[in-house]
Amino acid sequence: MSILVYLEHAEGKVKKTSLEAVSFANALAAQTGEGDVVAVALGTIGSAELVAVGKAGASKVLHADDPRLTDGVIQAHATAVSQAFSSVGAKTLVMAKSSLGDAVAARLSIKLNAGLVSNVVELPNTSGGYVVKRSIYTGKAFAETTISTENKILAVKKNAVDLKTDGGEASVEKLAVTLSESDFASKITNTERATGEILLPEADIVVSGGRGLKGPENWGMIEELAKTLGAATGCSKPVSDLGWRPHHEHVGQTGVKVAPSLYIAVGISGAIQHLAGVNSSKCIVVINKDPEAPFFRAADYGIVGDAFEVVPKLTAALKEEL
Amino acid sequence: MKILVCITHVPDTTSKIQFTANNTKFDSTGVQFIIGPYDDYALARAVELRDQTGGTLTAINVGEAETEPTLRKSLAIGADDAIRVNSFPKDSFFVAKQIAHYAKEGGYDLILMGRESIDFNGGMVHGMVGELLGMPSFSPVMKLEVDGKTVKMAREIEGGKEMLEAQLPLIAGCQEPIAEWKIPNMRGIMSARTKPLKVVEPISDETQTEVSSYQLPPAKGSVKLVDKDNVAELVKLLKNEAKVL
Ligand SMILES: Cc1cc2nc3c(=O)[nH]c(=O)nc-3n(C[C@H](O)[C@H](O)[C@H](O)COP(=O)(O)OP(=O)(O)OC[C@H]3O[C@@H](n4cnc5c(N)ncnc54)[C@H](O)[C@@H]3O)c2cc1C
Ligand SMILES: Nc1ncnc2c1ncn2[C@@H]1O[C@H](COP(=O)(O)O)[C@@H](O)[C@H]1O
Repeated sequence: MSILVYLEHAEGKVKKTSLEAVSFANALAAQTGEGDVVAVALGTIGSAELVAVGKAGASKVLHADDPRLTDGVIQAHATAVSQAFSSVGAKTLVMAKSSLGDAVAARLSIKLNAGLVSNVVELPNTSGGYVVKRSIYTGKAFAETTISTENKILAVKKNAVDLKTDGGEASVEKLAVTLSESDFASKITNTERATGEILLPEADIVVSGGRGLKGPENWGMIEELAKTLGAATGCSKPVSDLGWRPHHEHVGQTGVKVAPSLYIAVGISGAIQHLAGVNSSKCIVVINKDPEAPFFRAADYGIVGDAFEVVPKLTAALKEEL
Repeated sequence: MKILVCITHVPDTTSKIQFTANNTKFDSTGVQFIIGPYDDYALARAVELRDQTGGTLTAINVGEAETEPTLRKSLAIGADDAIRVNSFPKDSFFVAKQIAHYAKEGGYDLILMGRESIDFNGGMVHGMVGELLGMPSFSPVMKLEVDGKTVKMAREIEGGKEMLEAQLPLIAGCQEPIAEWKIPNMRGIMSARTKPLKVVEPISDETQTEVSSYQLPPAKGSVKLVDKDNVAELVKLLKNEAKVL
């Protein structure tokens, strides 16, 4: 028996969130004695990249290298993963919570008759039943959730476990999957992805700007700060509504939920809907000229001051220190 | 075209979340309930499509009697009729089973949902219903155009979006900027009172998961302020105290 992990990749690289899912599965297998961790990768990707998945704790990677699977075609991915699940005789599937992962997981839960818990924040409690802690109410609470089915799917939130990096090499095996025409009934006609940048939902450090920055022309200093830190950039909802920044950078209740180690908010008031997207951050720094801004109540560190003065100084201080 | 839109009845986004009965029940004291914000996007787009192509728009909710004002609001915004499956929404699987059953019965061409409910944030019901009905499902969808049987969509992915093409019937979990939220007008509110709202019973009791207890996150300590003229101090704190650099 093995635990199966669904790997996602983009631009030839396995996503870091997927490696976290492998680490999670590795720790889970050690806890439950469910054997080893087998990962499944779909579509075109180099085998060196798959061998390296071993570092995170997988002993084997099954590779269904049908090029039609390189794009995340939801139905086809669900079919392929369900075949991988049967072929390794798994009872548990682990994956990272993501745009594609969620869509695939939901279909798989029906295909495999597997209870699905999403937004998992830590290893399940398996002494007795099978109780999984997940984040609910957009990070404002947690629910201890019991899965009653024999097969189980866990969609893991970022930072649920530490990334394991000291594993060995994974063996890579080809996996033959049977896909039908109906699996490809929908077509991805084009993909637009910010290339070379650090992706917001996966970033370890995020620098976000709000309406306090006055206009898109002032984002240079935010980008400079982000570059210095190796961070992704985010924004508040009005900023993307106004078209100052692209929609996929909007953080909050109705946008991206981030869970970085460090979140720096510049000129954002800290409305409850914004906080809902950042409350899983380990450390929050707020820069705002208004000492009464609600964000300070959710922050670990703060500077009361004008962003146009403080941000360049912070960037300079960081350049000196790092 | 026959459109079904799935509506959740959830605490307003500004609600303070609390639990009672030894942390086993949501405490609704003083909480205002709304149409889920993502469901509101789905509803707004559904109204536009119905107005554009003709046909009907049905709203469905799986919930107890207390959710009816929320369903009535969907009628006021523009749904033609509504179905309430009379049961507490036990888990996503249970909800998906109900929706799949009544969706099949109604023979809808397009089923729109929110990308996720803002109470349990599963983001799963659309995919589950899709698999149960053998229909393709897409989420999170930020643009959706219907041209005959062909549907063109934009789906958000990490750091960007992908353009998709598929055929009706299909299911989409919606998010902005698919449409602008619609506010009910006086005529809508008046007519909503007399539009049909059918109450039906759940078709099965089956669940896959159950919540045993709830928890609130630990309280946050107070913020440590650093003087704006001593920014280097912040860098030191982040490095040595918070250890995040
Ligand atoms: C259903 C619903 C969902 C929502 N979802 C989201 C969401 O997902 N994400 C989100 O962000 N919002 C969301 N909102 C909107 C939210 O309520 C707030 O309106 C929004 O977050 C405010 O954005 P802001 O802080 O950038 O702007 P503002 O509220 O205008 O705040 C600007 C801040 O900048 C500060 N400032 C001004 N000038 C300077 C300066 N020179 N230097 C430093 N600081 C300065 C001000 O003191 C102020 O605190 C939602 C609202 C609703 C109703
Ligand atoms: N109880 C419910 N009644 C009707 N629709 C629901 C219900 N729960 C979830 N949905 C729909 O499914 C979407 C995704 O919900 P979830 O999987 O819970 O995040 C929601 O945005 C709704 O459109």
